[in-house]
Order: sequence, then C-alpha cells, then structure tokens
Amino acid sequence: MTKTPQAADVADLPIDAVRPPRPGRWIAAVVAAFALVWLAYTIIVNENLHWDVIAEYLMDGRVLGGLWVTIQLTVLSMVIGLALGILAAVMQLSGSPVLRGASALYTWFFRGTPLLVQLIFWFNIGLVFPSFGIGVPFDGPKLIEWQANELITPFTAALLGLAINEGAYMAEIVRAGIRSVDPGQREAAEALGMSHRQVLRRVVLPQAMRVIIPPTGNQFISMLKTTSMVSVIAGAELLTVSQRIYLGNFEVIAMLIVASIWYIVLTTIASVGQHFIEKRFERGHHALQVRVRRNLRPFSRGNA
Amino acid sequence: MVEPKVRIRSVRKCFGSVEVLKGISLDVPEGGVVCVVGPSGSGKSTLLRCVNRLETIDSGRIWVDGDLIGYAEQGDRLHHLRPAQLCRQRQDIGMVFQRFHLFPHRTALENVMEGPVVVKGVAKGRARERAMELLERVDLADRAGHYPAQLSGGQQQRVAIARSLAMDPKLMLFDEPTSALDPELVQEVLAVMRDLAASGMTMMVVTHEMGFAREVGDNLIFIDGGVIVEQGHPRDVLANPRHERFRAFLGQVL
Repeated sequence: MTKTPQAADVADLPIDAVRPPRPGRWIAAVVAAFALVWLAYTIIVNENLHWDVIAEYLMDGRVLGGLWVTIQLTVLSMVIGLALGILAAVMQLSGSPVLRGASALYTWFFRGTPLLVQLIFWFNIGLVFPSFGIGVPFDGPKLIEWQANELITPFTAALLGLAINEGAYMAEIVRAGIRSVDPGQREAAEALGMSHRQVLRRVVLPQAMRVIIPPTGNQFISMLKTTSMVSVIAGAELLTVSQRIYLGNFEVIAMLIVASIWYIVLTTIASVGQHFIEKRFERGHHALQVRVRRNLRPFSRGNA
Repeated sequence: MVEPKVRIRSVRKCFGSVEVLKGISLDVPEGGVVCVVGPSGSGKSTLLRCVNRLETIDSGRIWVDGDLIGYAEQGDRLHHLRPAQLCRQRQDIGMVFQRFHLFPHRTALENVMEGPVVVKGVAKGRARERAMELLERVDLADRAGHYPAQLSGGQQQRVAIARSLAMDPKLMLFDEPTSALDPELVQEVLAVMRDLAASGMTMMVVTHEMGFAREVGDNLIFIDGGVIVEQGHPRDVLANPRHERFRAFLGQVL
C-alpha cells in the first residue's frame, strides 16, 4: 500500500532521481576522445612538421608585417563596405526607381561575379582606364590626372576589390535589418512628429542593428580569412608573405601553419569582440539575449 | 459658431481598387469624445489614420484646429505640404495604437521622453521631469526603468498614452486601444482614457467597448462599408438603434 504524503511532507520532497544510462553517448565520447589523442600524437611526433621552424617564423618581422596588412585590409574594407552597404540599402528603400535600380544593379553585379575575378580585374584596371582624372566628364578638360599604374598598387586594388564586394553583401544585410523592424515602429515615431531622418536614426536603425550586427560580425571574421585571396595579386598580407618565405626556404607546411595560427588568433579575438558588441545592442530583448548567448558559447553545457 | 477641433468633409480613400472610405463627413468639437465603431474592415481605423496622415486621402478635406491636413491651399490649387510641415502637424495629434508600438530598445521613461527630446528639442532634464509626471498620471511611476518587454499589455498601453501626451497634443486618436489586451487589463487602460476625457482632451476613439462609449462618448459613429450608417449620442443610439445593420452589429458585440 502506498503512503499518501501528508501536507507537511509535501513541502520537502527532494528530487534525487537516478539518470537512465546513455551507452550511445558514452561510446561516442570515448571514440571522439581517442581520435583526438591519436590526432594530437601523430601531429606532435611527425618530423615533417618542423615545429622549430614554425616557432622561429611565428614572430618573424616579415610575418608580423603581413599580419598588419591583413588587419588593415580587413578593417578598412569592412568600414568602407559597411558605408557602401548602408548607402545601397537606403537607396533600395527609396521612392525613386532610378536610385532603387542603381542599388539593385550594384548588388546584382558584385554578388554575381567571383571575388577572385574582381580582385584580378581591379589590379589590371589600367588596361581599361590607363588614367584617372577629375574634370569635365565625357572627355572634357581634366583638372588633375593620375596614371593607373601609380594609383593601383596591390594594396589599393585589394582594398577596392574587397570593399566594393563587401558593400554588396552588407547592402543585403542592412536591408534585411531595416525590413525586420515592425512597420508599426515607424508609424509610432511618425505619429510623434519625427522626420524621416529622425525615424531612421532614433527608431529604425537601433532596432535594425540587432539584426545587422550578428551577420556583420560573421562578415568581419570571414573577411579576415578572405583577405588571403589577395595573394593572387601579391597583396603583401599574411598569406603572401608566408608564400614568399616558403618559396625561399621550402618550408611550405610550416609557413602555412604559421599563417593559420595567426588567422586563428585573429578570428578568435574577433569572435570575442562580436559577443560583447551583440550584448550591447540587445537592450530590451532579454529572451533573445539569452538565446544568442547560448548559441555563441560553443562548449556551453545544457543546450539539449 | 465655434470652429470644430476636427472637421472631416467627404473623405474618400481607396486601397487599390477597394474603396474603404466612401465619403465620410464628421465634426468633433473642442473637448469632444467621438467613439467610432463598426465591423472589422469597415474603414474605421483607416479614417483615424487619415486624420494624422499616416494614410493619404483620395478626395475630401480634413482640418484639425482649422489647419488643412497634408496640404496647403494657395489660390485654387492644393500643394502637398513639405515633410517638415507634415511633421509639425503630427506633433499636435497624439496617436495610440492597438499594438502599442512602444520603442523596445528604450525604457518606459525613455519612451515618454523620446518625442519632446528628439522632435521638440526639450532639454533632457526637463523632459525627464515631465515624463515622470505623465507616468505618475498613468500610475506607472514605479515602472519607469522597465523595458516594454518587461511590462504587461495594459502597462505598455498606458506608457504609450503617456508617450503621446508628452507632446502636448490638441487631439488624441485611439485606434482600438484595448483590442490587443487580456480582458482583465482592459479596465486600467479605459480608466486612463476616462480621466483624459474628463480633463477636456478632444478624442477620437475607435473601439469595441460599448460601455466606454456610452459612459464617456459625446458622439457615437457607426461605420459600415465605408459610410457612416448611424450616429448620435451614445446613450440614444445604443438604446434605440434605427438601422438594421447597426442592430445586427450590436447583437454581435454586446
């Protein structure tokens, strides 16, 4: 016969239940742990990896110089790309079909052609336009004129290619962010008597940021790695200098590992930064905040 | 005769090929409370949104405080108002929405301060003082630091009313202010609106709350199919509805 708990007992009934066995999970964990240890072992004992060379070149002046170029390229192309993206997104939402068309053409073209092709194109722009000038359009007199060969260094070509390409992607991200804001927000702000500019700046963009920032962070992290494409036009960034070094000393794998280590350091720092920036823009959205934070923490427990 | 606060004449409005307002004429006197009722899709919300030009009208005229809404009359031609002039007109017309539309990234206090600070350029300190007074008036002073997501629907709607009042409007528009609320939260919002009416605010209220209309309204308008089918003092028209459509509508909502 079961004893019905009295009211007094009910107040103190701790749950001390036994968990059911999870043999599948245990086996998977053992296999994964074994694979990790084995992988680490083969890497550490492998003589072809030349850890001494990796250690020697990690802080090499040329490598650090390339690292600095990579950071510059990433930051500059993201800033210019974001500005272009906001401009294109606002144009896309404009009432004028000409502005909308121009914006659509821009995103269509630069998203529709490979970045690698664009980079090589910008590097060779001098073949199409031997000189650039400021003056009267349609072959009128020029005030100032530059030769393409002087203007287009590998760095400027890389910056042009990366930033303009990034702008096309950022336009879509910014547009999605602006469209994610409830139209009622715009109406409420207009009903208070705010101008279009005030509505955009005070109400729409701050809320759109919540949607814009996570993918922008991903774009930034992705850009850190995309800069390596610039090596096809000898952009002097991390991968280019690593290649130059291994062409001299034949330490191909070691130099690639040096570059990889630095890429991982950069992307890790950027991910941490992304986490804090996202937190900053989630005021008033607490449920979402918890969810995003949980997704961001790769090794957090209790996701199930 | 005294100029009415709101004068609406022969207003027509089409959405594509659907005509939702088919010639509405209506006066709201200073301090008057007009309750607009009607089945969904009858055009009652659209009428309200035309008054502060969230919607443009296809023909007719709307004046608020003697000012033609949305246009300037020069000679015998109408000219569209410039955006800045439109914003100026909207500042004097408060609007409360069915779904509150508080700014989610700002606290209750910041929501109420936003209009005066951004639009009128009021100093933050003064705006904060005034916002606290208004939150007190809607009985939410203790929730000033809460974000909208942390407030109940009724509390959010009261903050939204305070946000509109912060602009010192001459006219308040209420677009189904209690329709999105749980039944037990309706009364707290109606109480605030009742106080507001008693303080002499001119109000246009689209609502399904017949009790509120009877008690607070000076004029009840029944709109169906884009025209005013019946109007009069709420107590009279609710007691003796003359038109069959109004009787049928009352039978459904009461």
